[in-house]
Amino acid sequence: MVKVKTSLKWLFIGLIILFIYAPILLLTIYSFNKSELITSWEGFSWDHWKYFFDMDNQPLPIVLQTLLLAVVVATLSTLLGTVGAIGIFYSKKRSSSVLSGINQIPVINAEVVTAISFAFLVVALNIPKSTYIPLVVGQMVLCTPFVVLSVIPKLKQMDNNLYEAALDLGASPTKALFSVVIPQIMPGILAGFMLSITLSLDDYIIAAYTKPNTFQTISTHIYGLAKGGTVNTIKSSYWAFTAIIFFLIVLAVVIMNIRAHKKGGKKQ
Amino acid sequence: MDKNKTKIIELIDVCKDFDGVSVVENMNLYVRKGEFITLLGPSGCGKTTTLRMIAGFEMPTGGKILLNGQDISTLPPNKRPVNTVFQKYALFPHLNVFENVAFGLKLQRIEKTYTDKKGKTKTKLEKLPDDVIAEKVKNALEIVDLTGFEKRSVSTLSGGQQQRIAIARAIVNEPEILLLDEPLGALDLKMRKEMQLELKAMHKRLGITFIYVTHDQEEALTMSDTIVVMSDGSIQQIGTPEMIYNEPKNTFVADFIGESNIFSGVMAKDFEVRFCGKAFVCLDKDFEPNEPVDVVVRPEDVKITSPADGQLKGKVTSVIFKGIHYQILVQCGRYEIEIQSTSAPNVGDTVGLTVQPDGIHVMKKKFRVNKFSGVITKRNTVEFGDGEFECDVTQLYPGSRLDEEGYLITAKGEKLDLTDTEVNVEVGLHDITMSDNEDEGGAQGHIISLIYKSEYYRYIVRTENEEDYVLACEDLWNENDRVSLIIPKDKIKLTLKVAEGKKV
Amino acid sequence: MTKARPHFSRKLLAIPYAVFLAIFVIAPLLIIVYYAFTDADGGFTFKNIATFFSGSGSDSFFASAQFKTILQSLFISFMSTLLCLLISYPVAYIIANCKLKNKTWLLMLFIVPTWVNFVLRINALKELLEWIGIYNKSNGWNLFNTILGMVYDFLPFMILPIYTTIIKIDKSYLEAARDLGASGAKSFVKITLPLSKAGIMSGVSMVFLPSMTNYVVSNYMTFNHTKIIGSFIDECFKNDLWNMGSVTALLLLTLMFLMTWATGGFNAQEDANRRGTSLW
Repeated sequence: MVKVKTSLKWLFIGLIILFIYAPILLLTIYSFNKSELITSWEGFSWDHWKYFFDMDNQPLPIVLQTLLLAVVVATLSTLLGTVGAIGIFYSKKRSSSVLSGINQIPVINAEVVTAISFAFLVVALNIPKSTYIPLVVGQMVLCTPFVVLSVIPKLKQMDNNLYEAALDLGASPTKALFSVVIPQIMPGILAGFMLSITLSLDDYIIAAYTKPNTFQTISTHIYGLAKGGTVNTIKSSYWAFTAIIFFLIVLAVVIMNIRAHKKGGKKQ
Repeated sequence: MDKNKTKIIELIDVCKDFDGVSVVENMNLYVRKGEFITLLGPSGCGKTTTLRMIAGFEMPTGGKILLNGQDISTLPPNKRPVNTVFQKYALFPHLNVFENVAFGLKLQRIEKTYTDKKGKTKTKLEKLPDDVIAEKVKNALEIVDLTGFEKRSVSTLSGGQQQRIAIARAIVNEPEILLLDEPLGALDLKMRKEMQLELKAMHKRLGITFIYVTHDQEEALTMSDTIVVMSDGSIQQIGTPEMIYNEPKNTFVADFIGESNIFSGVMAKDFEVRFCGKAFVCLDKDFEPNEPVDVVVRPEDVKITSPADGQLKGKVTSVIFKGIHYQILVQCGRYEIEIQSTSAPNVGDTVGLTVQPDGIHVMKKKFRVNKFSGVITKRNTVEFGDGEFECDVTQLYPGSRLDEEGYLITAKGEKLDLTDTEVNVEVGLHDITMSDNEDEGGAQGHIISLIYKSEYYRYIVRTENEEDYVLACEDLWNENDRVSLIIPKDKIKLTLKVAEGKKV
Repeated sequence: MTKARPHFSRKLLAIPYAVFLAIFVIAPLLIIVYYAFTDADGGFTFKNIATFFSGSGSDSFFASAQFKTILQSLFISFMSTLLCLLISYPVAYIIANCKLKNKTWLLMLFIVPTWVNFVLRINALKELLEWIGIYNKSNGWNLFNTILGMVYDFLPFMILPIYTTIIKIDKSYLEAARDLGASGAKSFVKITLPLSKAGIMSGVSMVFLPSMTNYVVSNYMTFNHTKIIGSFIDECFKNDLWNMGSVTALLLLTLMFLMTWATGGFNAQEDANRRGTSLW
């Protein structure tokens, strides 16, 4: 092990954590600013928060519809990806490696290339964007490969005899799949689902190329606001939103850790 | 053994704790130069930890390790003239065979003295020249019979080949001591036997000291000059393979090395021991009259005779063919005796058994009674050995009785409060019983050892805070079973530690 | 029961996804190739590629806007990757080797911010720069801010794969190295570093291509002043220069395949780790 002073190590870790969290903390603080400017503090107020939580204003409905989109996309991707992963895993070696290879393309490809090529396809097939089909399928192209990638390792870990044991005990292949295989790979499926949710929520580029003109996601909305470069109320109300997500995530992590800790304690 | 050879490694009172749990306790051991010494014991006995302390991967929490008389306890592993063959080889996966074997050589620096232009002598550290390294690697690979494997990737090698490379990688540095941590554990039986002989031959050829760790008694007997039998963090016996096998110091060693019949007996007088209800002539003396002892008889030392000629008589209950010999079980009354013989009686036959005096090994009983320090509680129970038991406190004062409030009234009529009185507790081996039911007994623990003693099993049960109970029981339990210990009230013998209880 | 049936039915499950991949992943890429090699009327031509690699008017290619964009992209991408690596490796190494019982907790601190919407995060960084007063000040600052944005955005994706490879290194390798005479620093250079190469490669490929193409970051951080390949493609699409856009996209695709080939093909597990599947 490289010997560096412990204090120096933690100073370095601390600085990087500061770098990562400083912007989010700053927005959290300024979400209570009276002014809409980040450059000047003009006193405490709940204005931005009130604006954000008013359903008559743009932000909250957009947040909700982005969430809805994410759930729809993640559900479809998880279904398609899980079935696909099982299929790929049990396919012959050659077809399995070809499919896994193609599965990697959206993962490592530049998002803008995925988006533009998909947009070309939408034009070629003449599917109107207002049907939401391009948006949903486009995000599925982004998410499904990750579902496959999180399910396949679980299939590999699974004892192959389990499925055969189920057949041996009289289960039909379908029954064996649902009562033995699916429960075994459930952690992978859940991971794929959660990953899909975050990917869909995160996505700007695909959505920008495929969404109906009247529809906005959080990403496209904020990006659109910034493009104008104007200081406005909507933008600063999103500061409040940033603070909320941040709090929620911290809360989730803390809860997860406490639960993990309790579990670990019991085992010992 | 050559007594003139110098001690190369010496462990003095070495202790090692991991998070407060003691793994090695007060270990004293020395290794002579050029010796093949084996640390033998069941898993968790501290043998690997001892080896790792010699290698420098662990620092002892107490005591000293001397190498050639110098304290190396805190020296990092890269500064010790010691090399290790790891249990799972630890061959570097990103390097090929040559690079693996040359790893240590490339790090070596030799002092070179030279005269510079101004005529001053200077010393500088130089790397080994490449051709020297290549030559040494070639020689090392030759020793392990893998000439020409230099360019191979380690992942393409079989287990046995990896094993040889691991040995080559260690010996190429010409260490003073080679440490081997169960190096044959991952090989199949046939390969293991081959490697045992090869390692022994290698030891002879290289002339360096080998310290070998294994849990396989046969391996230890085959290869070693000296065996150190360890159990539970301490040394049980040190000796040559013959000594360890023929003269086991205690029942643990007898049970761990080879097969044995272990009996509880009594030393009637010098050269006479009674067990299995009969008196036998033996070679041991200097015991107290009628001292309880353990008697070990190897199965091959029991001879089958006609019923009339036998010192013992019994019925054959089982005969199993084992290849070279038969394993025969004979029931003599309450005692079951194992015999190894090349000829087999029939099951159901009545046979006689004899044992020659030199086949009888008498050893002092390590555990005759459980002794604890205890404290009387408010409820007139006694706390000891990580548990709490009901007891009869009146035995502390002859003729005393308890009044209704729980005070002790002595024979003289004095009223005593016994709460917090410190007492000595004694419980016999046969007075403790085990139960699956957690709440039934006064203390709980895990079985850490069991030894079959022909009429019963001797168990050691360890509680959470490392209190040990030794007990005898006819039923078979498994190691690591969690049990609750039950001691009847009248079987707990109490004596006062200090003279008096508190007067009220 | 017939012998082949159970396996037969499981294999069939691959079909829907195979169809999905064919239509929505392979077909779009073919369209890109089509546009790259056709003119406005749909005739086959190399003209698009020729145009891309030549200057406008009397200027040579090396003075053209696309060359400048490529050069700038490469610089940004290279610097971002290097910075990410210089930060991530020590962070991953320190976490993997610290004595804390719950290392994942510490690791989480670095990964958690990625669960905040990416545009929100970039927006937050932009606001911070504005607050400090270095936002949109000069070309130099713009370049710096773009790199900062890329590092800020992609850092977690570099830390994660490096951490997973370091934590997996068998401690006995290091012990063996020490045993053979290597000092602490030596055994780091000779054992830990080479054995964590896979993680580094994975992290690098995770940062390199995106920081060349993620125009959201560059546009946001520089108020649309700094152009990278990603924004070039975006503008081509928006301005109906589909053929030119396709040529650029094809260039990026080639680069992607080259990088995958150079780093030893597709490694599904590493790729899954990049986005933190292992954390769920």
